Amino acid sequence: MSAGSVPSGYEVNDPGYPTPQENYLTNSKGILSWAFTLDHKRIGMMYLIGVTSAFLLGGLLALGIRLHLFAPDGILFNNALFQWLAPDKAPNDIYNQVFTLHGAIMVFLFIIPSVPAALGNFLVPVMLGAKDVAFPRLNLSSFYLWVGGALFFVMALLASGLDTGWTFYTPYSTTTDSSVILATTGAFVLGFSSIFTGLNFIVTINTMRPPGMTWFRMPLFLWATYSTSIIQVLATPVLGITLLLLIAERTLHIGIFDPEYNGDPVTFQHFFWFYSHPAVYIMILPAFGIISELISVHSHKRIFGYRFIAYSSIAIALLSFIVWGHHMFTSGMSPITTIIFSALTFTVSVPSAIKVFNWVATMFKGSISLTTPMVYAIAFIFLFTIGGLTGLHLGTLATDMHLHDTYFVVAHFHYVMVGGTVVAFLGGVFHWWPKMVGKMYSEAGGLLSAALVFIGFNLTFLPQFILGSRGMPRRYATYDPEFAPLHQMSTYGALILGVGLFVALFVLLMSLYNGKKAPANPWGGATLEWNCTSPPPFYNFERPPVVGDPYEFGDIRWDTELDRYVKVEPQRERVPLETPAETPAHASE
Amino acid sequence: MATTDAGLASDAHEQPGHGHSDHGHGDHDHPSYLAHHFDTPEQQFDSGKLGMWLFLVTEVLFFSGMFCAYAIFRAWRPEVFEGCSQFLNTKLGAINTGVLLFSSFTMAWGVRCAQKEQHKLLTVMLATTLSCATVFLGVKAIEYSHKWHLGLLPAGLFSYDPSNPHPVGGPNYLAYICAPFVAITIGVAIWLVVSFLRGAKFQLECAKPLLVVCLCFFVGVGLGTILESGGEEGHHEDDHAVVASTDGAAPEHGEAHSHADGDEHAEHEEPAAEAVASLPAAGAMSNDSADLAVLERLATDATNTGLQDELAARKAQSERSSGGILYDVSDDASATVASAPENVLRPSRAGVFFSIYYCMTGIHAIHILAGIGVLVWLLVRSIRMDFNRNYFGPVDYVGLYWHIVDMIWIYLFPLMYLIR
Amino acid sequence: MSAHENAQEGYDFAHPLPLPLLAGTFLVLTLLTVLTVAQASFNFGSLDVLIVMVIATIKAVLVGAIFMHLAWDKPFNIICFIGSFVFVGLFIMATLFDSRQTAKDDIPVTDDAVVSAPAEL
Repeated sequence: MSAGSVPSGYEVNDPGYPTPQENYLTNSKGILSWAFTLDHKRIGMMYLIGVTSAFLLGGLLALGIRLHLFAPDGILFNNALFQWLAPDKAPNDIYNQVFTLHGAIMVFLFIIPSVPAALGNFLVPVMLGAKDVAFPRLNLSSFYLWVGGALFFVMALLASGLDTGWTFYTPYSTTTDSSVILATTGAFVLGFSSIFTGLNFIVTINTMRPPGMTWFRMPLFLWATYSTSIIQVLATPVLGITLLLLIAERTLHIGIFDPEYNGDPVTFQHFFWFYSHPAVYIMILPAFGIISELISVHSHKRIFGYRFIAYSSIAIALLSFIVWGHHMFTSGMSPITTIIFSALTFTVSVPSAIKVFNWVATMFKGSISLTTPMVYAIAFIFLFTIGGLTGLHLGTLATDMHLHDTYFVVAHFHYVMVGGTVVAFLGGVFHWWPKMVGKMYSEAGGLLSAALVFIGFNLTFLPQFILGSRGMPRRYATYDPEFAPLHQMSTYGALILGVGLFVALFVLLMSLYNGKKAPANPWGGATLEWNCTSPPPFYNFERPPVVGDPYEFGDIRWDTELDRYVKVEPQRERVPLETPAETPAHASE
Repeated sequence: MATTDAGLASDAHEQPGHGHSDHGHGDHDHPSYLAHHFDTPEQQFDSGKLGMWLFLVTEVLFFSGMFCAYAIFRAWRPEVFEGCSQFLNTKLGAINTGVLLFSSFTMAWGVRCAQKEQHKLLTVMLATTLSCATVFLGVKAIEYSHKWHLGLLPAGLFSYDPSNPHPVGGPNYLAYICAPFVAITIGVAIWLVVSFLRGAKFQLECAKPLLVVCLCFFVGVGLGTILESGGEEGHHEDDHAVVASTDGAAPEHGEAHSHADGDEHAEHEEPAAEAVASLPAAGAMSNDSADLAVLERLATDATNTGLQDELAARKAQSERSSGGILYDVSDDASATVASAPENVLRPSRAGVFFSIYYCMTGIHAIHILAGIGVLVWLLVRSIRMDFNRNYFGPVDYVGLYWHIVDMIWIYLFPLMYLIR
Repeated sequence: MSAHENAQEGYDFAHPLPLPLLAGTFLVLTLLTVLTVAQASFNFGSLDVLIVMVIATIKAVLVGAIFMHLAWDKPFNIICFIGSFVFVGLFIMATLFDSRQTAKDDIPVTDDAVVSAPAEL
């Protein structure tokens, strides 16, 4: 066998590799084998545990906010317990810190790494048909950077809290006594974690594709991850330098952002949003990728407009860099700049809408099975559409003057971030859970969680649109009594949403104990991850996967005897591989 | 960021002795330098190279924030940048540019050596690159310590006093900067001696070039000292020339130029910055500085409003006479606060220039330090003869990193040192 | 991509550059440095910034094309690197544009003492 001409490492009998009876969870044991693992699947699982913990923490803070806002004067942070816990803090200060940490933890620790780092790490190489990501050690270090960043946030929480809002706007962030430096250091470190993940995925997708996996045979999740990675690589360094300058501003008073030393706070906002607007797409683009997979697989129908969805992901990634100014319409930008940014903002709605239309068209006349992931995906389309369309109100200059910094903004971005990303993340976790752990969860429990999340979410945030348009400003610890009914609805909704999320967690965890063993392809998917066993072996594939069309469901049938999906003899000619000479050489070996 | 590069480079190839490279390698197609998940050395090289280029992209965007701040503040107050740039020693900047360019050249040569398997020459090239890096840092140490001594610091700490441009005393900043380097040099020297005595050949081979590299830092410091003192004399001559010219031209200086915005440019060239330092009028204040001190102390009492007023008046007077504030004496109705030229040496003005200067050169210097870290790692590996024509990736990647550090300096040098 | 037909021993993907080319590049770079220092002693007015930036860009292109062998590199790597400057340009130009628009709103810092004056009370 000539060296290098054959993808190696797939040999089942190779003494260096685990036997196929083992999977990535069992091939080595002990806590150290996890702590120092270079396996992308284990790193993905560790990320999943990490981001879920962060989500839990951020979610509890959110519940705190909602409970406090149950009454116009607040009921939580001014009660006796909190006064006893933190006697030197005013209730409103506690409120400020809680909403700031809720935002910062959710953005930096949960949403940004949620889909790309947790699901992406697990899925990208498997979907691609590769053995691992291009830089496994970099991958592990990015996880530990995430842990380090999380520790900084916990330290900030324990030290003196953080009350700047997650945006760290100057001049308040240069004057407040709370632990801005700890939190910004944390965000800086998390930025590097995010950069390394993105860099790794771009290189993996560019250079690690096996023979036959052309760009347009990649599942759309990979296209979405690729677009996300572009943003991570291009935008995150700017956040890094911004936070570094902010730290320097606080310690050395460099006078770039601090008006006290003739600096310009609007410049800080430019710097910050040059990262943070694209970061919004870091949060939502991978969710689009998940939904493309979910809709297609559970409708058992070829995705409609594959290339349009793929290109629209790239288009969103690139357009996201020219619209950041719409966060600053009321910050003192020049009028002409606001008009330009407002006009550019509308361009982003085009590729987003293309995606939604394509998903709906995919479901049309599909053979839809209303499984838990599919229900989440349909909820996503509904919620994201509301979130996206209300974004247009905020991108319009005239209406934004009225709606800026009100609950309308809060409701809008929660519809996109929670109704969009979190729902898609949950759908994705339910979809790939059998692949990850090899166990099926209770379908009824999953559907219950989806229903609770959907109802609870809408009950929480629909009233906030009304609150905002009636002038309720965001980030206030108290409000006029006229807003009380809507706030109370919102709080009840938050409780239902919380219950729904706990049901989801419970259902997934219970499957580990009493779930039945998952088949390799529980949903009838055509992408490569369904070709390997559940859970996958250490090197993902026992044999080099035959790369075909990722959305061809014609040869996948439900076998009632075996009670699972099977691949039937394809009726069509298999598409020739990119380099046909090589695979037979290996197969003969 | 050292870990970044080391991580990238080492990921790309799986160091020998680690993990998968020892097991199952009876097999035919995986040489020890090829990581398990790659099929060919070329795939491994391409992956590493693309990874490195993407990392360089992040570096470019990382620095872009500071270039953006530079552009904003320079466009806002060009006269401040012109005035403050005079405090930077062009000779030192130019020497450092040359040193970095040379190190880039030796690095590129080193990549060629690795590709052609010239192991000895590769070691020499890497050592030369490292030596240039330490010379650069040595010169930078002189530049920084000199400015700190003068009080040319970021806005919040800016304490440069034109009437007393060379304060006596103060901490010996140069010693603080040099201390870690001295410690490292002594450490390497001890290592050299110990490995010589114990006959550890490989360690000796490593310690020798590293000692040279360490000593080069002090060459840089020496070079910087000579040029800085030379530069200082030059500065002083300039000062005197400026004094002479402003003495003669002082009256019209105030009138002719102080009205129009467009003239701000001419107004605040080189002389403006230096003139404040040495205008004779500045002495008026220091003459009765003893009185002033007494007044000041009395005025700290909040009730003593009379004295406070007097002090404020004196202050304004002395500022005016020293050229610190130029009142608009023209009858032009368009004269407003905004159009009155302001002194460039206000902490909030000059300080921002030095803030940006320290941020940009400081972060650049951190990149040099990180580069030194990975180059030392390469040097050891090159002495171990790890590289061959199928596996020269790490040298190439570190080379790319080193060139981008050079490239950033190529822009920093004219933007900081050469503003006229 | 991994698809490559190679002989047992040689995967020759290394392209060592000729030494005279490297040395020549270094020489040109040094000359350009001398040139940029020399031009600083003349006053070209507002063209000044343009001139130094053009010289710096020529130097950067030389370093990039030859020392970093971009001239012989894969197109994708070149696109990545050049692309990053597009985004840098976008960032700096938009921010600078807005900053220039609002620069006239500058409120002078009135209590900011000139450093030669005694410390503020």
